[in-house]
Formats: sequence, C-alpha cells, structure tokens
Amino acid sequence: MMNKKTLFESLQQQGVTRRGFMKYCTALTSLMALPPSMIPIVANALESAKRPSVIWLSFQECTGCAESLLRSHSPTVEGLIFDHISLDYQHTLQAAAGDAAEHAREQAMKEHYGKYLVVVDGSIPLADPGYSTIAGISNLDMLNETVAGAAAVIAVGTCSAYGGLPMADPNPTGAVSVSSLVKDKPVINVPGCPPIPTVITGVLAHYLTFGSIPELDDLGRPKVFYGQSIHDRCYRRPFYDKGLFAETFDDEGAKKGWCLYRLGCKGPMTYNACATLKWNQQTSWPVESGHGCLGCSEPNFWDAGSFYKALSIPDGDYAKAAGYAVATGVALGAAAGFANQKTKSSAVSQHTKVTVDDFDMNKDKK
Amino acid sequence: MSTPVLNITKGINALKEQIDAPTAAFFSSCVHCGLCAEACLFYTETNEPKYTPINKVEPLRRVWESEYTLLGKVKKILGLSKPVTDELLAEWEPLIYDGCTLCGRCSMVCPVGNDISGMIRKVREGMVASDHAPEGLIGASTRAVKIGSPMGIRLKALQAQIKHIEKDTGLTIPIDVEGADYMALLSSMEIINFPEYIESLAKIFKQANLSWTLSSEAFEATNSGIQIGSSDIARELIQRVVDGAEKLKVKYVISPECGHAFTAIRWDGPNLIGKTYPFKVVHILELLDELQQSGRLKTSGVEDKKLTFHDPCQIVRKGGVEAQPRRLLNQVATDFVEMSDAGKMNWCCGGGGGVSANERADEIRLKAFNRKKSQLEEVDVEVLVTACANCRLILEEGLEENNMDIPVVGLSELISEHLVEDGEKI
Amino acid sequence: MEMFSNANDFLIWVRGDAFNIALFILIIGIFIRVMEIFLLGRKKDFSEPRGTEWGPGLKNIVSRSVVDSGTFKRAPFIVIVGYIWHICFFIVLLFFVPHIELINAMLGLQWPGLPSQLVDAATVIAIVSLIAMLWHRLTHPVLKFLSTYEDYLVWFVTFLPLLTGYIAFHRMIDPYPLALGLHIFSVELLMVVFPFTKLMHAITLFIARWYTGAMMGRKGIES
Repeated sequence: MMNKKTLFESLQQQGVTRRGFMKYCTALTSLMALPPSMIPIVANALESAKRPSVIWLSFQECTGCAESLLRSHSPTVEGLIFDHISLDYQHTLQAAAGDAAEHAREQAMKEHYGKYLVVVDGSIPLADPGYSTIAGISNLDMLNETVAGAAAVIAVGTCSAYGGLPMADPNPTGAVSVSSLVKDKPVINVPGCPPIPTVITGVLAHYLTFGSIPELDDLGRPKVFYGQSIHDRCYRRPFYDKGLFAETFDDEGAKKGWCLYRLGCKGPMTYNACATLKWNQQTSWPVESGHGCLGCSEPNFWDAGSFYKALSIPDGDYAKAAGYAVATGVALGAAAGFANQKTKSSAVSQHTKVTVDDFDMNKDKK
Repeated sequence: MSTPVLNITKGINALKEQIDAPTAAFFSSCVHCGLCAEACLFYTETNEPKYTPINKVEPLRRVWESEYTLLGKVKKILGLSKPVTDELLAEWEPLIYDGCTLCGRCSMVCPVGNDISGMIRKVREGMVASDHAPEGLIGASTRAVKIGSPMGIRLKALQAQIKHIEKDTGLTIPIDVEGADYMALLSSMEIINFPEYIESLAKIFKQANLSWTLSSEAFEATNSGIQIGSSDIARELIQRVVDGAEKLKVKYVISPECGHAFTAIRWDGPNLIGKTYPFKVVHILELLDELQQSGRLKTSGVEDKKLTFHDPCQIVRKGGVEAQPRRLLNQVATDFVEMSDAGKMNWCCGGGGGVSANERADEIRLKAFNRKKSQLEEVDVEVLVTACANCRLILEEGLEENNMDIPVVGLSELISEHLVEDGEKI
Repeated sequence: MEMFSNANDFLIWVRGDAFNIALFILIIGIFIRVMEIFLLGRKKDFSEPRGTEWGPGLKNIVSRSVVDSGTFKRAPFIVIVGYIWHICFFIVLLFFVPHIELINAMLGLQWPGLPSQLVDAATVIAIVSLIAMLWHRLTHPVLKFLSTYEDYLVWFVTFLPLLTGYIAFHRMIDPYPLALGLHIFSVELLMVVFPFTKLMHAITLFIARWYTGAMMGRKGIES
C-alpha cells in the first residue's frame, strides 16, 4: 500500500526540496511553540513518519471546514501534508459512492485497527437520527462504529468540537459535539468556523511528529494554537488601551484602524491564532479587514449575543425584564406603601393621650 | 399587679406613630460611617461609642425596619428581627436623655443628610409612652402642667419681680393689656435667675415705642413637653400660650432668649395644635435686629472688652437666627471675636434638650462642657455673651466648675444697657 | 459549576438570564424601597415658613457632599478615603469604555471613555481605599461598635466587582470568559443585594438630603 512511504519520500516525489522541507519544519516547530533545538527532531520525525490512515466523517456540517483546508490558493506544505495522509474515506471528495464508499471505510478500519485517525466535521443529531444519515446509517451509529478502532479523534470545526451552528438555540436536531459522545478515545478539538487550515495540518503534523496528541486546554483545544486570545495578539490592541474606538464601520476611527470593541468584536473572549497566523496565505484576517472577531472558535458563539454588540452589553431581553420589573415594582411598592400607611394610621388611632399623672414616680425605686 | 398606664406596648406604638417619609429615608441612607460621633460632644468628650448619635435612635430604627420595610417584615415573621423591649428602652434612656441635648449638630454633619437629632426627638415620644423618661424631666413637666412653670413659679412670684423692677427703674411692665401689639413670653429662669431680661424688655419696648404686654395666664415660654418628648404634654402647654395671645388679641408673640422655648412656640407649636396661629412668633433677637435695622433702636457707647458669642443651638442652628445676634453685637462691641465652629456649627453648652433639668446627667454634662471650655480657651475672652437663659445658666456653672472667671451676659440685656432716648441713657 | 459545561456557557448565562434576574430584582427592590419611603408621607407643617423648601432642599443635595472643616479635622481619614473611594469608583464605573457601552445600550446615553490605564489606576486606588475602609471599620472604636453583619456583607459585594474587574482586565484568570463572567456575576450579586441593604443610600441619600435641606430652608437656616 501507499502508506508504506515516509512523509519525506512522499513530499520529495511531489517536488518539495530538502530546503523547503526544513523551512516547513522550522515554521512548524515555532508554530508548536517548541524551542529551535527541536527543529532537527521534528524534521527527523517527519522524515520517517509513515502515512497514517485517516477516516473523515462529515455529519451536520456545511463543508466549509474541508473547503478551508482544500481551497488553499497555491500548493503549500500544509496542503502537501494533507496530500500525504491516506485519506481512506471522505464522502465529499472520494470518487467511490454508495456501498463502495462504505466498503472503503470498513476496510480501512479493519486494516488499521487501533492506529487510524478519525477526523470529524459537523455535529451529531440526537433528537432524531433521521436528520442526518449516510448510506442509511445514522451519524451516531457511524461515529460509534468508526471511533471504536481509532487511535484518536480530531474534531475539526466548531460544529464537531462544540455543536456549532446546528446546536444553536433552539437546537432543533438535538445536535451535540463529538467530545460529548466520545469518552474513551482522545479527542482533539480544532474549532473555528472554519478553523485556520494551518492549524488543522499543524495538529496532524504534531501527531505525525510525536505520535501523540498535543497538550490541550480545558476546551480540548491544542494550547499551541489556542493558548492566546485574539485581543492579546491583536495589532489594534494599543487603540483599545488608549480608549480609541471605531463607533461605526465607516467613521474616522474605522478608517484609522481603531479598536472594534464597540462594534461588537469578541476578540477579548476568543482564543485562536487568527491574529498571528492570519488567513489566505497570511493575507489578512477579520479584524485586519475591518470587522470584529465573531468568536467562532468558542463554544456556543452563535448564542453569545449579537455579533455587533459590545461584549459588555447584556445579551438577554433586558428591556422587557426592566419593563416587567417597573410594573411589578410599582404594584408591590404601592402595596407595601399602603400597608405601611395602614400600620401607621392604626398606631395613630391606638394612641392614648399621655398626661403627667401617667408617670410612675416610683419606678426608679422598683 | 395591674399594667402600668405607660408601658412598652404604648412605647412601641408611639414610635410607630413617629415614623414618616423623612425618617424612612434617613434610616435607608445611613452607611454607618461614624461621622456623627465626631459631631456629638457627648462622644468627643467621653470617647464612648455608645454616644454616637445614630446609635441613639436604634429603638426607632428597629421599629422602622420591622414595621415599615418589606425585608424587615419578612425578618420579623422568621423571628430574625431584633425586637424593641422594655429592657432595650431602659438601656437607651440615658443615651436619649442624658447624652443628647437635641443640639442638632449631628444633623448638620451627616454626609447622607440625616436629621439624626430630629429622630432622637421622636425616640423620646416612645420613651415617654413607655415610662422611660428621667425623673427630673417628669418633675419639670408635672410642675409645668400643674403649676404653670417647670420651676414651679407662680404668677405671684412674677408679680413680685415686676413690682421690684418697676420700683427700681420707674418703668412700667404691662400685664394683660388687651389689644397690645406684642405679647412677651418669659422663661422661668429669666424670672428667677435673670430678671434683668424683663427690665431690658421694658426698656426696649419703651424706646421703640411699641405697645406690649405680658399675660397673667400665659407668661411661661418654656415647654417641658418638648424636652421630655411628649407631644401631648407639649400641646397642652402651647395651647395656654395660644389661648393667652388670642385673649389679648396681640399681633405678635415674642419668644424670650430661651432656646428650646423658641423651638416650641415658633416651630413646633402650630403643628402640635394642628393649625396656623392668628399671630406671628418672633424671637427677641429678631425683633431687636429689626428695630435696629429700621433705626428705631438707638444705642450709644460700646463695650471694648474682648467678647465672644455662644450660639444657642435652638436659636441659631435649629432656629435660623444666626446673622441677627452678630449684627446686634457689632453695634455695641468693638472687640467681638468668634469661637471656632461658631454659628450654625457651634458646640452646645451641654445642658439643652432637658439635660439641665435632669440631675442624673450632671456628671456627663460637666464632662461635655470641656468642649466649650476648650473653645473658650482658644479665644481667651473677657466676656461671654449668649442669648438663652438655659445656656447662660449652664455656662456659668461650667465656668465656675472649671475656675474660669468669665462673666456670662444675655445679649438682649447687653443691648438694653446701651439704649439711649433723646441722647440720654435709659 | 455543574450547570455550565464551560466558561462560555457561564458567560452567556451571566450576560443573559442572570442579568435579567438581577435587573428585575434591582428594579423591583428600588421601587418598593422608594415607594415605601414616599408613601409614608410627611405631616403638613403649620408653622409660618421663614424660607422656601425646594431650593434649599436641592442645594443641600449638593452641599452635603462637602464636610465642615471642624469635622474634617476630627475625622480626616474617613473623609479623605471616603472621597477617594467614591471618586475612583465612579471613574471606573462611568469612564471604562465597556461600561459606557453597557450604559449606552441600556439608557441610550454616551460619553467619551478614559484610557484603560487610567481606569486601571483608579481601580487599584478604589480597591486599596476599600481595604483601608475595612481596616478602619475593624479598628476604629465607633465603627467597630456600629458595624453589623450588613456592613461587612455590603463591603464584600462592593469589593468583589472591583477585584473581579481588575482580574478580568488583566486576564489573570483563564479562560477569559470565566474571568469576565465572574466579574459580571459579582455585579449581579451587588444588584440583588442593593435594594435590601445600606447600598440604597446611593438613591435615598438624595431624598434624605432633600428633606433635611428643605426643613432647614423652611427655618431659614443655610444648608
């Protein structure tokens, strides 16, 4: 089989030079926040890495994540890495269809039992399996079946990592994330809507290099890519600190590149690498193009309020709450006030006139 | 044993009656900052935290909380509220009567604007209704109601003093003159201790050429009901003045120098009887100032001794007569100096609000006088002028106790000494 | 926190339902407290007024903020720290841009914010002054004597938003949604406690000052 080739051999075959390979290893090492002394080790590991078998399951998704990875403009090392893996099942991309396609998956599972990687994009509906099926198999069944023999699962995109758009309120399909179902295998979340392609391949590269999964944060994200917030690495941060904000998308502040906090930027609460890795061959990224961060790599970002409301603004229907509160408050206040008036008027009516004869002159002696 | 006429139930009921919107706003606003303690001479001179003014109104606060707030009512149902008991009132009695002169300084200092002394006055209603008033004030009130004066002075005593004065000075002191413009009131202390005041009145009215009279039925201005804190007793005493003034059909009633008498007749009286007066109430200093301003009061000669003015709390801070005594003093004195905190922030002599009538408070009152003593030491004057018979007595006693040889003079008297008629002194 | 699967859920909750609940309680509580006060009413005053009530009442609302020099000399600590605390607190509350956004969203009022370093400094001063006031309360004989559990509860719920705000601003707790969530939650705690404690002074002091100023004005005493 093809997967007997090492990664380096495969890259060489596609015209990547030794220099190009080392450059990639350097970038990868720094991306993974490893010291430069690790570059030869990374190179060595990648040179001898065997092509892993990968089964890509697409559930309730929009294919945006796959597009993010595949639609890279020019051939990149990331793309080549992706080419290198043995993608044994990806129903959007593979030529085979129907039984043949499912066969490929079953065969890969059998052949590489315990060693293959499962990549999932899309959430899994639990309300009714009929919401999303492949070859008559429900997403849940296919996930359980496929994950059983996997070495690890990579949940690519916010839908598979945290439920994403399908799970947004009111979550009609009962969508859930991969990690809420898979408890006995390591799950690496690579959220983003879509995730940065470099990050997807970076995670794969890490796995290839070290044969293990990278260190994860509380939300199951590799710390090397999701360890810092957009806000902390944002080039517009100095404007935030100086109190200079764009107030509309076309005002003077917006033209001068001031902070987009007031326009709803969720950078402060979003952990992702956009500010450093950027998008489309490092061309730009949302904030640079003049739009606030949506917070797409965070759980429930669809339900976290308007994209155009500042983070400090409450998200509920507070005007309605306030309205009800005023009405209730006035009613209760009036009730309490009138009760007090009653208490007082009854005290007044119970008043008995004090006269000087009422004093008990002997009380001190008692 | 039968239940006493005055008891804790009546006390709590009286406190309930006293709570109004300002009281509720005051209690809602207190942040326990402790600044009122610094305004109170009973705290500053003893350093005992229990004299902190806001602590003195704790019984009223408890009633407010458990009867007039939603959370307090819930706490009461759950048994979590602190009750007002007879023991509590007994414990608070010395704080309310011995350790407070109702001077109102705390009400000026409170940063949230609470009229604390006004609330202490309210607590006294509850104290009276539960029979927790001090013996001295009960005695004074009883004498005031039964004899007509807290010091037990009868009309005969006044008539004797009048006779004396008329004989000594040749002035006439009219009694029961119907249709006079002014009816003057006196305080017992003036009749007994400072009859010079009556003489001064006669001189002043003579020079200003105003018709005036005393009333044989309503000559007493002081109101022990206000001091003990019983509206019922106070009302009875005010009614006498109103009746007397109405009977003589006067246009004005003159409050004497006595501070709390002014508060009683000027501000509290109409509210006690529940209607406006058919006459105007004017403090003697207001009248003197007005006469002087309109040129009807001519003085000659000046005092060149260094003197200062002790502001009686009820006249200045709580009565709004602040500029008048200063204008009057400057007319007859060349070396008038102000004490620190003079005017509406002045420190009380320590004997107002019934404290002077309450023998039990003698010790703490003398301690509290240290504040006045240090104020006086700062200015180092030869003469101390004031405008309240009670202040005057307390000041004299305090000065004597501290071996300070400073004569205390009533302002009206001082003015009258300088009156001239056709260039001649009267 | 079992009811939240992650910090973002917590943040969504505090920005949504929790805020609404806190706002609901705050508004109802304030209405009850203020109406309880006003409906008690004042007796008509029959004494002949020497001055007016409205003007002096309003004047007293302002002039009571300035302490007389005698009292200042006697209690400089509480006066100075009290001023510093209130000034810094209002700088933080009213001039931090995220706070202005909140106010703008809720009331439609907007004004320029201050650079966050200045707000940060004000926060530190406010925190220090609150700690100083707690120390004062625990050591000064009068304050020790007067203080009840409510004073300490109020101190605590006032201190928390400042502390959590400082932590959130400096991102001292990870992840940030947790830090921000804790800050907003601590403010909500303050909102719930507000109408039932002395925190109400922020509203009722205007009423108290007015009544006293009006009473003084009526008697012709300058407030």
